[in-house]
Amino acid sequence: MTVLQEQEGDTLDAVAARIRSHVVDMCAGPEGGHLGGAFSSADILAALYFSVLNVDPQRPDDPARDRFLLSKGHAAVGLYAALAEKGFFSVGELTGYGRPGSRLMGHPVRAVPGVEMPTGSLGHGLALGCGFALADRYAARDARTFVLLGDGELQEGSVWEAAIAAASLRLDRLVAVVDRNGLQLTGETEGIAPMEPMAERWRSFGWAVRDVDGHDPDGLADHLDAAPWEPGRPSVLIARTVKGQGLPFLAGSSASHYVNLSPRAHARAVRALHTRETTG
Amino acid sequence: MSRATREAYRDRLLPLLHRHPELMCLDSDTGLFKADHAAAAGNQYLNLGIAEHNLMGVAAGMAASGRVPFVNTMAAFAASRALEAIKIDIAYNGLPVRIMATHGGLAAGHLGPTHQALEDLAVMRVLPGMTVVVPADAAATEAFVGQSLNLAGPLYVRLGRKPTPALPATAPPPVIGRAQSLRQGGDVVLAACGPYPVLACLAAAEILAGHGIGATVLNMHTLRPLDTEGLLAAARPASLVVTLEEHWRSGGLGGAVAETLAEEAPTRVLRLGMPDKFVDEVGNQEHLVAHYDLTAERVVRAVRTALDTTARSGRTDRKEYVS
Repeated sequence: MTVLQEQEGDTLDAVAARIRSHVVDMCAGPEGGHLGGAFSSADILAALYFSVLNVDPQRPDDPARDRFLLSKGHAAVGLYAALAEKGFFSVGELTGYGRPGSRLMGHPVRAVPGVEMPTGSLGHGLALGCGFALADRYAARDARTFVLLGDGELQEGSVWEAAIAAASLRLDRLVAVVDRNGLQLTGETEGIAPMEPMAERWRSFGWAVRDVDGHDPDGLADHLDAAPWEPGRPSVLIARTVKGQGLPFLAGSSASHYVNLSPRAHARAVRALHTRETTG
Repeated sequence: MSRATREAYRDRLLPLLHRHPELMCLDSDTGLFKADHAAAAGNQYLNLGIAEHNLMGVAAGMAASGRVPFVNTMAAFAASRALEAIKIDIAYNGLPVRIMATHGGLAAGHLGPTHQALEDLAVMRVLPGMTVVVPADAAATEAFVGQSLNLAGPLYVRLGRKPTPALPATAPPPVIGRAQSLRQGGDVVLAACGPYPVLACLAAAEILAGHGIGATVLNMHTLRPLDTEGLLAAARPASLVVTLEEHWRSGGLGGAVAETLAEEAPTRVLRLGMPDKFVDEVGNQEHLVAHYDLTAERVVRAVRTALDTTARSGRTDRKEYVS
């Protein structure tokens, strides 16, 4: 079990649980939010921010830092929760999500400390990641760049433009994570535009591939810590996840994509998360 | 002397790369940088392949990490295909990426509408923070590449393909953001951008002078930020402003001039440009410019017709008419 530096005894599971709890609260605000994809990413975000990424909330502009890009920008609520937990801004600020006067827009913006680039239109993050990884190479920095992609997002052609470029440039400090929850807005990816065999696709593009359980934050952290897995190749971790993981009444359903929780649904969600936490 | 603006850009950039290690040249297999140019650029040159969205995204990522990338593609692919990456990754972040867009306007010639860009100026000049320039010749291209070193935000440079003629040596030095006044005259203003339109306006001014009509000629090479002050100073005494450009009539230089004058100093504006259709004529840039009548004769006709109409309707004194 990975132990956090920030809070002795804290576990990645506990961080992921807090991320989910914040997301539920934000999705009960006036605008609602993209709960499903934030929940499927919660363990990935916990692993990245609390074990893998070399980032310091006190020095968010440190040129030597690792970069993280949420290419599936609609999971902003998950990112904001992770950044607040990490200390980039106060957890209390999360209550402003989507409200006038807040910095917390529905898709990540650079006004929010810790957000590297604005995302939201799918298919942008991997090319940006190539740019960051290249810049690090030119500056002889050994930082790494991590890009979290949605699985539906892989239908965007620009992802594969960047996949080709990353392999061609041998950007082995670039690590992609695919949140493979199997669902996009209106249904299953495999019913809309099949993405399998996903690992073979990436491998054939010249990437080192690992296909793993996306809800085991310690396992995720171990894999991500170890990247690059093959010298000269960018790495992609296909994280098998469940959309809405953690909420029995939404898990595995494309209805979890965007939700605006009523006070009653919010209370139910909070109870469900609490039960999950206490029963393990 | 004729020289291709795209080659002027390349030849100006190469020595700058050596002096400015933060500069990068990112290509999309355009062929502008031959093997010896790439070799001269060393590791500051990268050919990222035929993938224009990726090109802009990589440039944005590098720029966000302190590099200043010049990216090479054709205007058609920058302004249409890669537009979203330019809008979101570059303009939204205000990053210093220099989009060096060749084959602008009709410069693609016989290659046809897939390779011509008659929309790029309209598209680029609506993006917040984007500087948009159209050098009229090789000297201006070199000047703008040099001046870009002092520019904090993104820059779009519309370049040509084949050699185009130089402006007269008497032209004042081109400066980004400042309209270049090439001739003074009190009656009308002829405003243009790009090699052939600017030269056509100069020739038109000469012909108009023979008819007793004084024309100011402005090379409005910078569409954004538009030199409002320079435009207003030229337009205030005039009764007519004519714009000419290798661009569809909507949204380009004519649009920018009309918007500004409508708000600041209402003046009749005639926007001359490409007809509202895709090019269906085969030929090189000069042929197409003549075929679609982006010529001095067209400007002269437009001016004389407009002034005749104005005279017949009693609008001889614009100021009196406006008040």
